[in-house]
Amino acid sequence: MDVLDISRWQFGITTVYHFVLVPLTIGLAPILAVMQTMWVITKKDHWYRLTKFFGKLFLINFALGVATGIVQEFQFGMNWSEYSRFVGDVFGAPLALEGLVAFFLESTFLGLWIFGWDRLPKLVHLATIWLVAIGVNASAFFIIAANSFMQHPVGARYNPERGRAELTSIWELLTNNTALAAFPHVVAGALLTAGTFVAGVAGWWMVRSMRQAKAAAEPEVAAEHETTARTMFRPAAVLGMWLILASGIALAITGDVQGKLMFEQQPMKMASAESLCHTETGADFSILTVGTQNNCDSITQLIKIPGVTSFLAKNDVHATVEGVTELQARYEKLYGPGNYKPNLFVTYWTFRAMIGWAIGSGLLALAGLWLTRRGRVPDNRWFGWLSILAIPTPFLGNSAGWVFTEMGRQPWVVAPNPTGVAQIRLLVSQGVSDHPSSTVIISLVTFTLLYAALGVVWFVLIRRYVIAGPLEHDAHPPGPDSGGGPADPDQPKQLSFAY
Amino acid sequence: MGLQEVWFTLVAVLFVGYFVLEGFDFGVGMLFPVLGRTDDRRRVLLNTIGPVWDGNEVWVITAGGALFAAFPDWYATLFSGFYLALLLILVTLILRICAIEWRGKIDDPIWRKRCDLGIMIGSWVPAVLWGVAFANIVRGVAINENKQVTSGFFALLNPYALLGGATTAIVFALHGAVFLALKTSGEVRTDSVKVAFRLSIPAVVVAGSFVLWTQLAYGKSWTWLLVAVAAAALLAVVALTKVEREGWAFVFTTVAVIGAVALLFSSLYPNLMPSSTNEAYNLTIYNASSSPYTLKVMTWAAAFMTPVVLVYQGWTYWVFRQRISVAQIPPSIGLPLKQG
Repeated sequence: MDVLDISRWQFGITTVYHFVLVPLTIGLAPILAVMQTMWVITKKDHWYRLTKFFGKLFLINFALGVATGIVQEFQFGMNWSEYSRFVGDVFGAPLALEGLVAFFLESTFLGLWIFGWDRLPKLVHLATIWLVAIGVNASAFFIIAANSFMQHPVGARYNPERGRAELTSIWELLTNNTALAAFPHVVAGALLTAGTFVAGVAGWWMVRSMRQAKAAAEPEVAAEHETTARTMFRPAAVLGMWLILASGIALAITGDVQGKLMFEQQPMKMASAESLCHTETGADFSILTVGTQNNCDSITQLIKIPGVTSFLAKNDVHATVEGVTELQARYEKLYGPGNYKPNLFVTYWTFRAMIGWAIGSGLLALAGLWLTRRGRVPDNRWFGWLSILAIPTPFLGNSAGWVFTEMGRQPWVVAPNPTGVAQIRLLVSQGVSDHPSSTVIISLVTFTLLYAALGVVWFVLIRRYVIAGPLEHDAHPPGPDSGGGPADPDQPKQLSFAY
Repeated sequence: MGLQEVWFTLVAVLFVGYFVLEGFDFGVGMLFPVLGRTDDRRRVLLNTIGPVWDGNEVWVITAGGALFAAFPDWYATLFSGFYLALLLILVTLILRICAIEWRGKIDDPIWRKRCDLGIMIGSWVPAVLWGVAFANIVRGVAINENKQVTSGFFALLNPYALLGGATTAIVFALHGAVFLALKTSGEVRTDSVKVAFRLSIPAVVVAGSFVLWTQLAYGKSWTWLLVAVAAAALLAVVALTKVEREGWAFVFTTVAVIGAVALLFSSLYPNLMPSSTNEAYNLTIYNASSSPYTLKVMTWAAAFMTPVVLVYQGWTYWVFRQRISVAQIPPSIGLPLKQG
């Protein structure tokens, strides 16, 4: 493998890994804020317990997200230095803004939230988690604005003297229609992830508590378990399920908007996703194809829905959609000889995986809402299993979506668009740092092993804390009398939370 | 002052912020084996930085972003040129973050021991390497006509840079010890003051030689002022830790860090990365910067956001201003490693 392939693998591994963790952070932060708000309003202890319970899971996840995020800020310069020179004038701005506006906010206020339970007035403490939620979502916006420049370069001009792209309008850059379509799509994906996580964990606990109630010999113990299931886990599960439905609908709408935009901006990406080898009028949507990997002519389409690809592209089942072969010929005329086709196999299947994995969350929400209808609290064992099995599905969908959108951009790192600034374009091969392969192999192996090890620890911790459930320690909010520690008034109060 | 000068200064300010704030975070972690003999004491150490370390670390992420936005060629040349050194910094920072956050999640001695190791490695290695990296930036590395660094990792390990690494290590350890003296009470405080005093004398020698070398080899006549500030501040720390005035001592370790970083950046100016092969290949604030429009936009953003950040970060330190002692550390609420 040459340095380009190794660098791409490293970027792919570190970025996809980071983005396994991030959607949960982005989606769970506002859910925590809502739970804590419910506690402040209703003063019911179970909202406090839920906040603490999901808060712990949030923090376990947040740590690894932050840790792997540092790599993101540095690796453009480390491995993609020529890309950095070409776009830094434009691309650096949203990254710097992300630090200034979003990262400081989320990190500082998260510290206040974790350690501030007994140091801050209740409402100020509530405000800290809302600020964390705003911070993580703002960071998503800036990084998507940066990514959207790679998908659809706007707000810039090409400076032939310096041989680079230069920013001409920060406003155009931040209101890039690609970003305005992608941001809500990514946030909806994050909410789907967190909604599924909360519904899955709480749903599993709801079933578990009901079964513990059934199995309990003493009626008081049984009643206690049932109360826990009814008053704590059921509302959390229902909250998660409604969030799944809402974010699922939002995903479909924003995905459709984004898809139509992509047919316009990067027709090659979409043609490849549909394995549309030749220009067609009234193009069908393929559900299953077989063929040798990444070879247009070998593909046999097995199941198709008539007209749907045309509809997805242009809202018209009879519209003409350009195929990969025709686009390749057109691009050769525009950009010179070369292969402008992304990997057909990967784009086709990741596009379907992105959509397909949503079925996990969907089943959980529909089954769950049915079983919990009109105050019911289910104890069906199969629903407990469904709850657990659904949790990983949106994570897989998110990863597939990013792999699709980034692999579909190949071979470009900054993709030229009919509606973008035409001279601003760069091939991935032109953006890579000039390292010896051995150097990048060292880092690829290091990151992969380190991330794998930390991923195991992350999973063990999440699993351990999910199974342990809400802790006794967090049963009641810290009141003025519950300081703990020695009764001696001269002794300083114990910290409400310490590492 | 042109916008390029403004941004050179702002980048310096971001790194000053990073080294002042994360400097004591590193110091606290570096002193785990010295000041954290028992688990309770290690928890005292860790919780002095508990609420703030993550916010402190954002300074370097923002510095990276600012470098990218304001001086893309500097960002590209530096980060690709110092590849393996940065890889080491990243890997150890990752270990440290996970170790800090996950340490208390499992109540198990072996688990905690491993996390402590992660915290120590994640504090020592970056503390040394940041000094090595900055010394090499000032000293100059082999940069060719394509703005590529051609010298490898081992060329970074020259005597001047190693002295730079020793300087950041000992100054951060001292800064951390003084911070601990300021943030703890009881035995931990007494021990921290003692350790701070013991560290302050070698710190004067090591850091003193480094700033002197920097001044003689790369300084400008007016930067003698910064040498004097850094050296005087460290001498003051010797006296202040001796008489256990940790509040003032912290002011002066902070001044010493500011003085030293300011000296490095001032020696550099107007270069960003001098080339050791040919002066014509130097990266300067003029040939490596972004366009005037980008610099202008970012200046507005920084002018609005930096004060806001300073206010809320400052407020965090106010909220958690209380000293911590072993008596205030609550029992661990981590789960046992295995399900009971």
